[in-house]
Amino acid sequence: MALLQVEKLTQRFGGLEAVSEFKTRLEGGELNGLIGPNGAGKTTIFNLVSGFYQPTAGKIVFKGKDTAGLKPHQVTALGVARTFQNIRLWHDMTVLDNIRVAQHFRLNYGLLACTLRTPHYIESEKAVTTEAFEILEALNLKQYAMELPRNLPYGLRRKVEIARAMSEKPDLLMLDEPAAGLNTADLHGLIDLIRWIHKEFKITIWMIEHQMQVVMSLCQWIQVIDFGAIIAEGNPEEIQNNPDVIKAYLGDDKI
Amino acid sequence: MIEGLIQNVLNALQWGSFYSLIALGYCLVYGVLLLINFAHGDIFMVGAYLAFFVASFFLGLGGLTGWAVLVLTVPLTMILTSMVGVTLERVAYRPLRRKGAHRLYVVITALMCGLILENGNLALLGASRRNFPTLVDTVIYNVGGVSVTNLKVAVIVVAILSFLLLEFVISRTKIGMAMRAISYDRFALPLMGIPPDTVIVFTFILGSSFAGLAGLLFAMSYPVLDPYMGAMIGWKAFIAAVVGGIGEIRGAFAGGFLLGFVEIMVVAFFPSTVRDLIAFTILLFILAMKPTGLFGVARHQKI
Amino acid sequence: MKRLNIPVVLAVLFVVLVWVSYEGVLNLYWQSVLMFMGINIILSTSLNLVNGNMGEFNCGHAGPMAVGAYVSSLLTVLLFAKDRVFGDPLLPPELVLIVFPFCLLAGMAAAAIVGLLVAIPSFKTRGDYLAIITIAANYIVKSTIENINAIGGARGFMGMGKVTSAMGKLINLPWMVIWIFLGTVFTVWVLRRFISSTYGKGINAICQDEIAAEIMSVNTNRMKTVAFMLSSALAGLAGGLFAHMLGYVNPGSFTVLKSTECLVMVYLGGMGSLSGAVMSAIFYTLMLEGLRFVIPWLDSALHFLHLIPASYEVSQVWKWVIIPLVLVLLMHRRPEGIMGNRELSDVFPKLTKWYQFK
Repeated sequence: MALLQVEKLTQRFGGLEAVSEFKTRLEGGELNGLIGPNGAGKTTIFNLVSGFYQPTAGKIVFKGKDTAGLKPHQVTALGVARTFQNIRLWHDMTVLDNIRVAQHFRLNYGLLACTLRTPHYIESEKAVTTEAFEILEALNLKQYAMELPRNLPYGLRRKVEIARAMSEKPDLLMLDEPAAGLNTADLHGLIDLIRWIHKEFKITIWMIEHQMQVVMSLCQWIQVIDFGAIIAEGNPEEIQNNPDVIKAYLGDDKI
Repeated sequence: MIEGLIQNVLNALQWGSFYSLIALGYCLVYGVLLLINFAHGDIFMVGAYLAFFVASFFLGLGGLTGWAVLVLTVPLTMILTSMVGVTLERVAYRPLRRKGAHRLYVVITALMCGLILENGNLALLGASRRNFPTLVDTVIYNVGGVSVTNLKVAVIVVAILSFLLLEFVISRTKIGMAMRAISYDRFALPLMGIPPDTVIVFTFILGSSFAGLAGLLFAMSYPVLDPYMGAMIGWKAFIAAVVGGIGEIRGAFAGGFLLGFVEIMVVAFFPSTVRDLIAFTILLFILAMKPTGLFGVARHQKI
Repeated sequence: MKRLNIPVVLAVLFVVLVWVSYEGVLNLYWQSVLMFMGINIILSTSLNLVNGNMGEFNCGHAGPMAVGAYVSSLLTVLLFAKDRVFGDPLLPPELVLIVFPFCLLAGMAAAAIVGLLVAIPSFKTRGDYLAIITIAANYIVKSTIENINAIGGARGFMGMGKVTSAMGKLINLPWMVIWIFLGTVFTVWVLRRFISSTYGKGINAICQDEIAAEIMSVNTNRMKTVAFMLSSALAGLAGGLFAHMLGYVNPGSFTVLKSTECLVMVYLGGMGSLSGAVMSAIFYTLMLEGLRFVIPWLDSALHFLHLIPASYEVSQVWKWVIIPLVLVLLMHRRPEGIMGNRELSDVFPKLTKWYQFK
């Protein structure tokens, strides 16, 4: 059973077809890339897979389950976690709380238990906190646990967002432009981090990225989309030499 | 039977005219500032009171006919009411806009300003009700079995003319274009060489003067004034604007008449004490079905 | 040892309050001020959950308050008082102290249903539109009550005085002071435990970034429902206590004006701050009472200085000009309120040495 199977995924917003018969298949364990010029529909595809939009047509099957009609938090509970193009951390909550709240689906107590502080509640809170500290420790962020994200430098905020996604113990980690806005030093750190996460946690990573350095050095398999449709797919070398890809990014004016 | 229906329709049109005139003001300000000016209903009330004082003043001078007083009162009321609206904008809303305050704070300020106007009126002028003087004799026309007064007709005609005037201003004039532009992107506007403050003041002038006009007409139709008259009518006009689709003057106008119809029809079949209740409930349903209002356009959020 | 500090202080406060009320050291006027304070604390902290922590714009908090007031009053009068509407009491007076909390609870449950009705539109709408819906709901509740003549309609409903005196006859203690104190402590306790849990923090997440919350596994619809229902239930508690404290209740007490007072308290204290909401409720109650004295004084002073004509009297209505004005000034100068969104322990960290508020 494939981890993720997407077929004929189409999304129309009014008259605009943002995604056109997209398909992909992830068995499990890959580190794949999704690239394309701005506005090609990459984030829309992520939004569809994570359940934020309901597709106009097509099918998304995750771990054998059709995600049609599921709300985003339900899709997440199945095992999908993501980060965002523009960092969407909760800025007035500590880093620790950010990571704990992301595990909301794992809390299995209600208001009554919460008020009475039943053992059930205490256990649940402890589990969530322990998991949060573990992931912070693993990503070298433990010293920032009580900081507010807005007090952290940009590169660290990106890292916190990844830690937050990881805390959900996903089977599929979707990274939406994780390298956006990073300087060169942070960039190398990020590449190492992603490689390490992939190896250490043995999860599937699917990445949207613009910076070719990141894509080419990390991804095993890359899909290129433009105007919502796949124009090429293959390993990094094939993609780099593909004339359609070059045309999509640079245009085809002959010099 | 059919006369009864037409009678009700005419009543609804007249009743709805007030809502429409006030709703237009809400709509203009919301369209331009994305602010629900909760004080607008009370500006209507202020307009009615200003009309009362102006009319009483001129009548007190003696030697002027009712018509002459009316001709003087209309523009004066509109001008004075728009001054109140502009003062409100300048004193209460502009400082917050300068600071870039969160919209919530501005909305709360608007709510509070409404309360200040109402209670300030009550505190300053006392609880005794004022009676608006009769300026023009009522003439009843009888067409078929339907009777309608000249005042009723005047109210409806004024409302329609106001709407047409506003439509013209918004779609054909430069300042109207600026008003539309501001609603799309307030920050780009000064970059294009248009001073946003001027546009905003103009919007308030427009909205408030029409509210003042509505106040005058209302006072002429229902001569008893009280400080809280603006509150309920204001809320209803506001809901009407929202149902029509706030931000669209066509929607606000339609919403006002729609509410007028709903209320008149409700009163025809139910006891009048539940009129407001049923009106609110129906409108709530419409909002629940179509949250952006009947004519409104949803603003998409990108992530 | 630190852990017990707060419960001990509360217990001491409780005993002191009950004793001074019982002995009459504190006269009835001040007793009622303290009781109003308690009710305002319940109202402001419960609204703070929705308007502060969740960042919504609920302008109709008086709606569930009215429902709670009426339902609990109807029940207690039905069960324990002889009255025109219901006839003879159904239960013997010995049970009044045991059953009264359950009547309050019933009021809370009914109020929670109102909260549910407002929660549902909140799934799809926010901000201004939700404000309208809450205002309309508030008005609909009030108007519905006014139209039910069986329970008094616009004239109101009474008989709760008999219930409270039945309590006093059973055991001679100032029962309303006790109930309100317990209700206030209960409210703050429940809210504090909810907000400090990871479950409750989901609400803050919705406020700060709803889309992220939804995608990062927070069931936003469920959390909104919980928040609205809890907030409304507590407003219902305040309503029930309010009704029994006064001995009568009428729909005119539950208009948008009452909701506005709740808004003032929440924004004065600082959105999202529990201690801020408590402090501002206390301050607001005192300010309201203070104005009762300040206004006549102001009247005499202005007359003395010949600033106003002799025929004009500065009446209590000015209270309702001054209070909104205070809020407007607040919005202009310090919109984040007294506490911003920090708690007392954030502003005075040394305080945490003395207590542990869990």
